[in-house]
Amino acid sequence: MTAPLLEARGLKVAVGGRTVVDGLDLALFAGQSLAILGRNGAGKSTLLSTLAGLWAPAAGEVRLGGEPYAALPPREAARRRAWLGQVQADPFSAGVLETVLTGRHPHLGRWQWESSEDARIAREALAAVGLTGMEEREVQTLSGGERQRVAIATLLAQAAGLYLLDEPLSHLDLNHQMAVLELFAGAARDCGAGVVMVLHDPGLAHRYCDRVLLVGGDGGTELGSADDMLTADRLSRLYGYRLRLVEADGRRCFIPE
Amino acid sequence: MPSRRRALLILIALCLLALASFWAALAAGSVAVAAGDVAAALLGRDAPGAEVILQLRLPRALAGFACGGLLALAGALMQVLLRNPLADPYVLGISGGAGVGALAAILLGLPVLGIDGLAFAGALGAMLLVFGLAHGDGSWTQTRLLLTGVIVAAGCGALVALMLSLAPESKLRGMLFWLMGDLGQVLEWWPPLLALVVALGLAMPFARELNLLSRGLQQAQALGVAVGRLRYAVFLLASLATASSVTAAGSIGFVGLVVPHLVRLAAGNDQRLLLPASVLAGGALLVLADTLARTVIAPQQLPVGVLTALIGVPVFLFLLSRQPR
Repeated sequence: MTAPLLEARGLKVAVGGRTVVDGLDLALFAGQSLAILGRNGAGKSTLLSTLAGLWAPAAGEVRLGGEPYAALPPREAARRRAWLGQVQADPFSAGVLETVLTGRHPHLGRWQWESSEDARIAREALAAVGLTGMEEREVQTLSGGERQRVAIATLLAQAAGLYLLDEPLSHLDLNHQMAVLELFAGAARDCGAGVVMVLHDPGLAHRYCDRVLLVGGDGGTELGSADDMLTADRLSRLYGYRLRLVEADGRRCFIPE
Repeated sequence: MPSRRRALLILIALCLLALASFWAALAAGSVAVAAGDVAAALLGRDAPGAEVILQLRLPRALAGFACGGLLALAGALMQVLLRNPLADPYVLGISGGAGVGALAAILLGLPVLGIDGLAFAGALGAMLLVFGLAHGDGSWTQTRLLLTGVIVAAGCGALVALMLSLAPESKLRGMLFWLMGDLGQVLEWWPPLLALVVALGLAMPFARELNLLSRGLQQAQALGVAVGRLRYAVFLLASLATASSVTAAGSIGFVGLVVPHLVRLAAGNDQRLLLPASVLAGGALLVLADTLARTVIAPQQLPVGVLTALIGVPVFLFLLSRQPR
């Protein structure tokens, strides 16, 4: 049996002296998708950073393809997992295509320059997020949503088998939200990618993810199938606000009371 | 991002600019030397002015090129490290520390070697102090690093002012020239040049990783950069490059801030091109500025730092005002 793309064993995550996740066991195999839900400040992003190897766990370990981060050179880790952060800061000006090409870094040798093949991959990634024709624009002149899509294109160019996405829908308008979710659902379905994403809309989580992890913020977590986790009761408890479940065509929508 | 071909063309153009600056530095001065005689002197033949060229102007031009290159390189590296386009080689207090050392040496009446020694020691002291304080609890964020550096620099500035106010009249001129930067005080031309070659050689293999670092620590780490180690290395390299230049020629201003910006404006922010191009442009600028400093009101010499700042301030303000917002 092949090792899971991502595995957490007895994971404990602490930030600012507070334990936000404790004793988390998790395994994500090829083609699976997981949504992480929780209140603001519950530790969703820190958990995702820990899963990405960017934040040291307080206890336990995270494995990528069966190997702990400590045993993986950073470049090898970057070929296995791609991480989308919440903030895209650009202190220096840079072109859109140039930015997307940074995703090719883990595939290039120390003295290698990006080849025409890399440029082709980057253009394809831009086309996938609907930014064809924007290659030469400066990223500093883009709107928030366009900048977010450039970041997603960079992730696609990285061509890793596992996507860790921190609020991938932020700044996106409705049609692009759906396009991005379809994009990653397709990557999981057709290419066997693993997808973990921090989301705020439980309805979209239900529609696009097989499993859901609820982060309580006090160290407690609940992990289960989307159907089991995304109920009015659980979510009302999670968010501390009464929600009503409306179902249509097998899709769920949660309406605040 | 420039293609490799375009990058090569830009570098060749800058090499020609650097050669031209050397030509000007060798030919111009209190004794003007004809072009043919400059060439003859360089080829080792006996020519009028050969001694002036080989003994005085060439070493000075080489040292100037090295210091300008070091400052521009250090500036580009600091801007990446702090992810702040307004960072320069002196922002973290290196030149302040060197200034304290150098002025103390002048006050004590030490010879030039002693001034250089104490300046370098002061630069290293400031570097270690900033590193120790900023890194203290391991957080070592850009803001913390920048704040620590600025505060240490301010402290050094106060010490420098204190020494200036206590210094006897006879030593004030030497102290001011040191502070403004002056290639006339360069003892040997080869140490800064060696430092430049080593620093650029160490930085270039990491140029693409520096591109990622300038975009964000976590993004860079997620893309496979060993961010922790790289930041230590960049801090050390930029600090030592600055210390080498400041030790040799005092704190020459604005080369380290303006040159990386000029290159960025003309050729983009790819460090694989930006670093070597900054070295060439910074070296050429300082050689030209020094030639002007020697000739404008000859036989009196101006400190070159005054000229680089006089050129640098309007250029920088111009760049700032035309940034798209």
